[in-house]
Amino acid sequence: MLRLIKYILLDIIQNRMVIGYTLFLLAVSLGLFSLNDDPTKGLVSLLNIALIVTPLVSIVFSTIHFYNSSEFIEMMAAQPLRRSLIVRAEFWSLSLALVTAVVIGMGIPIALYASTSTGLALLAVTVVLTVVFVSLAMYASVRTRDKAKGIGGVLLLWFLFALLYDAFVLLFMFMFSDYPLEKAVLAMVALNPIDLARVTVLLQLDMAALMGYTGALFREFLGTVNGIIFASAVLTVWSAVPVVAAVNVFNRKDL
Amino acid sequence: MLDVRNLTKSFGKMKALDNFSAFMEAGQSIALMGPNGSGKTTFIKCLLGLATPDEGEIIFEGQSVLGAWEYRRHIGYMPQIGRYPDHIKVGQIIDMVREIRQNEAENLDDDLLKAFHIDQFSHKAMRTLSGGMRQKVSACLAFLFNPKMLILDEPTAGLDPLSAEVLKEKVLAEKSRDKLVILTSHIFSDLEELTSDILYIIDGKIQFYEPIDVLKERTGEPKLNRVLAHVMRGQNN
Repeated sequence: MLRLIKYILLDIIQNRMVIGYTLFLLAVSLGLFSLNDDPTKGLVSLLNIALIVTPLVSIVFSTIHFYNSSEFIEMMAAQPLRRSLIVRAEFWSLSLALVTAVVIGMGIPIALYASTSTGLALLAVTVVLTVVFVSLAMYASVRTRDKAKGIGGVLLLWFLFALLYDAFVLLFMFMFSDYPLEKAVLAMVALNPIDLARVTVLLQLDMAALMGYTGALFREFLGTVNGIIFASAVLTVWSAVPVVAAVNVFNRKDL
Repeated sequence: MLDVRNLTKSFGKMKALDNFSAFMEAGQSIALMGPNGSGKTTFIKCLLGLATPDEGEIIFEGQSVLGAWEYRRHIGYMPQIGRYPDHIKVGQIIDMVREIRQNEAENLDDDLLKAFHIDQFSHKAMRTLSGGMRQKVSACLAFLFNPKMLILDEPTAGLDPLSAEVLKEKVLAEKSRDKLVILTSHIFSDLEELTSDILYIIDGKIQFYEPIDVLKERTGEPKLNRVLAHVMRGQNN
């Protein structure tokens, strides 16, 4: 598989979009840190951008790349290779390329301006989110044959996780505001990788106190070692399950 | 060498292959013929494991190919349109397939690499190549590992006449070395030169599967296109 990853990666890193994405992240991170005197403020601004942009770019780029490689994937499938190897190689190559973009684009500025545990947490969740959304992209592109439908589908997925889900949570909280909802909200947050990532980083800041009783509960749960283990476990499931499902679908797919 | 038994494959209501059975031996060169959409490509895809048949079996050298992958080391496949990653160079593509098929690397056949002068454009990115040049790369990859079975989908389409000649000579050479060659083409003169048998498919069913010599003798026609016209007329009546 390493041999395959080597060549797919070689193709991806020469793609203008990945280079542009790295430069964009670099520019935004450096810009935000130099605009704010307080690196913590810079981190919070960067958090908000990173949680919207990196999932979007990861899922859309991976999907487009997978569809554009369809003939090449067909050629690989005609070689003496296991089918599952091809999807896994695509997944690892895309993850590696996009994670490298994040590590260069955000990691360097964070190391320069905010090399704190919060900065490290932000970098870590962005890396994990990148892998999660590449994984989702693999599943979506294997499931749909039509490129336009596939890209539309992943945009919808991104929209759901990045925006709609929060709206539902808010609506839910509003409708049932007479009841103690803290645990339910905690569960709902854990189900959305973007929310989980956001809360995990916010809890590293002292701002959790601003979030009232729910914030205190989050802190009590997610702020502990067990909470971090729980969050990592949920995010691992989010990154593994879609790509495993993609491999299963692809193994039986007519190319 | 290759035993296809009752292969059936449907896409929705359309039957792309309908109870398709054939036996193919090493040393045969078989022309897959038939109108567009008759099931030629579906058959090739089933052979390569790119599509899974609904029913039936394909036995290659005594083993079923369904769900297997090792047997593909004995197959060289030249697709109709070869598309490769944009930013990869020609030389890298060849290296990559070589690394994937490491186990067979000691017995390499680089005749076509030399004949097509691949080394002269091996530093070019795949996306900058013309269709014909990509076809040359596909052809080289198909023949490179000395496979027992060659599957060539419209091999000469898009090649310049000189290169097409080179490729045809190579196919004939391989055929005489006891390989099984399966090829599709719409160019009668190519098929007449290259193939020993004709397998004619319509709507996923085999219309006839016979050696060209036998067909010629039976119809009394000297040219392949006339032979086919004769046979088809006979079948329609």
